[in-house]
Amino acid sequence: MNGGAERFERFEGFGRHERRQVGAGDDSRDGSGGRDGGEAVPPRVPAEDGGQPVPEPLTAPPVLAHGVLKALLGAWALAACSAQETAAVEEHLGTCGPCADEALRLREAVGLLHAEDSLDLAPALRTRVLQGCLDRRAPRIPVPDWVAPYDAETARLDALLQDIGNAEWHAPVRLRWFEGDRPVSRRTTVAGVIAHLLSVDGLVAVALGLDDPLPRAADAPTPTARTEAYRRASRFPPSRGVRGPWREQSHALVRTASLTSGNSGSEKLSVSYGDFELPLRDAMLDRAFECWIHAEDIAEAVAYPYEPPAPRHLHRMIDLAARVLPTVLAERRRAGLATPPRQTRHLVPAGSPGRSLRLEIEGLGGGEWLIPLDSPAAVGSADHAVAHVALDGVEFCRLAAGRVSPEDAAAGQEGDREAIRDVLSAAASLSRM
Amino acid sequence: MATNDAPPRWDRRMQQRLAHGEAAALGELYDRFASLVHGLAHRVLGDEPAADALTCDVFAHIWEHPDAYDPHEGPMRSWVAALTHRLAVQRLRTTGTAALARGGEGTTEDLERRVHRASAAARADYIVQSMPTPLRAALERAYFQRRDYRQAAADLGITEDEARRRLRLGLQLLSTAHHTGPSGVPPEHGGAR
Repeated sequence: MNGGAERFERFEGFGRHERRQVGAGDDSRDGSGGRDGGEAVPPRVPAEDGGQPVPEPLTAPPVLAHGVLKALLGAWALAACSAQETAAVEEHLGTCGPCADEALRLREAVGLLHAEDSLDLAPALRTRVLQGCLDRRAPRIPVPDWVAPYDAETARLDALLQDIGNAEWHAPVRLRWFEGDRPVSRRTTVAGVIAHLLSVDGLVAVALGLDDPLPRAADAPTPTARTEAYRRASRFPPSRGVRGPWREQSHALVRTASLTSGNSGSEKLSVSYGDFELPLRDAMLDRAFECWIHAEDIAEAVAYPYEPPAPRHLHRMIDLAARVLPTVLAERRRAGLATPPRQTRHLVPAGSPGRSLRLEIEGLGGGEWLIPLDSPAAVGSADHAVAHVALDGVEFCRLAAGRVSPEDAAAGQEGDREAIRDVLSAAASLSRM
Repeated sequence: MATNDAPPRWDRRMQQRLAHGEAAALGELYDRFASLVHGLAHRVLGDEPAADALTCDVFAHIWEHPDAYDPHEGPMRSWVAALTHRLAVQRLRTTGTAALARGGEGTTEDLERRVHRASAAARADYIVQSMPTPLRAALERAYFQRRDYRQAAADLGITEDEARRRLRLGLQLLSTAHHTGPSGVPPEHGGAR
């Protein structure tokens, strides 16, 4: 706004109303006379500084009043001017044809203003539309099955982000996971969660030969160290500006993974998380899982409904967890966190059926997995099942994400208590920042 | 959203990737334009399932005819909007005509009026979405927040003169929504080939 240099003007036709205050900066523009669509409007006569009303010049032309009233037509049509101005405009419309025409047009235009329908597009519509397209024209480069969950989950999260306001980006979120069987958590914000996803997705980006989103290298290639490195490199706490880079990277990952899929050798690509590695395909699935879980954190923080992934995607995520459980069990056993194997009874050679836990996942996306208990090299076997655990698919994922503790997980249990506790604890230990 | 100022490079690359048959490009296309397409379709057709179905048609049309868009003729966004508008109006007219033929209420003139109204409403939405942000912000203050132009000027940190100017210009732009081309495609959209 213009500071002190205010000027007062009186206009013919407005004289009986209040003196109107106009920013000094306007004079130059008025002086150009081009404001009313190029019509020859005489420049306003600037009043003297000092606030004294000046006598109206004898030549104060009615055409000036016309210009002023015409400039008010938009505000008038929107009922956004004072009562006096409204009356003045309406009086003028009775005598000025062009203004009356414009007034009518602008009033009609107001009728076209609508509150934007904030129709949330159903996530299922994306799948339906894309599938419909692909049925009509087969793609030369499809999005492979193992990329589809990541594609769908990032799209779902992005739709949520599109709908939240500026302030909500700073809503507090608590990241929760298990470390050595103890629940830990860290405070961040919605934007902080997206920065975290951007940083950790970057592991896959780098494995695929894309740019690393981290401006400076992390101390270690672990999710935690990378998240920390990103935070340290940012001068300000993350805000909604992080959405663009995150979305660009997730699109680039889908695209590059799809292009890579056709190449021989993509099978051999793996992604290092620092203390463990996952084949590229599993890493993409892992990132889809993390995207969903963190989207739920965000949805909860901003009180927004959020559905679980499509059943076929959920199934793949559960399958990934079930596949890594035997290795995790073995590691935990070495670390003294799980019961030693009963080697006296069941020493199994690699590739042979071993003592197993039957993991029954209920609900959409569910299924049954046999988890070998004593060695990752053993094969799960129904004949050697010593325990049976049944739980809902989403509950199992929350357990694996550290959102539910092994004790609190609503699981039907039957059989060897130790085996059950070991497997549920191992599932919880899959969680990380 | 930054999507409004997408560089033409994005449009060009997208067209090439679609032509090349890259399914990942189709996903990105959807992510960028689905809310535009669905919103316009919904404004014309006035119901959710019909808008969903039209959204399918629009993307299928683009996917099947990737060469229909020529980046030299303008931004992809306008082209997608024009295509959506054309297909939506077509569908409204077809379903309306079919209803009349089955003995539904009203006359052909009623139907034409309805089509015209729906068409203008959708075009108005698009005009509002794509008008310069300062104009849209002024209209939003005055219309949705019921601020008078002096308050709007103070809110936006502009002179009252400028607030009046923006309101008038915004409405002038909006009033062009009533102009219709022969096929119901606004000339400023470039049309869909």
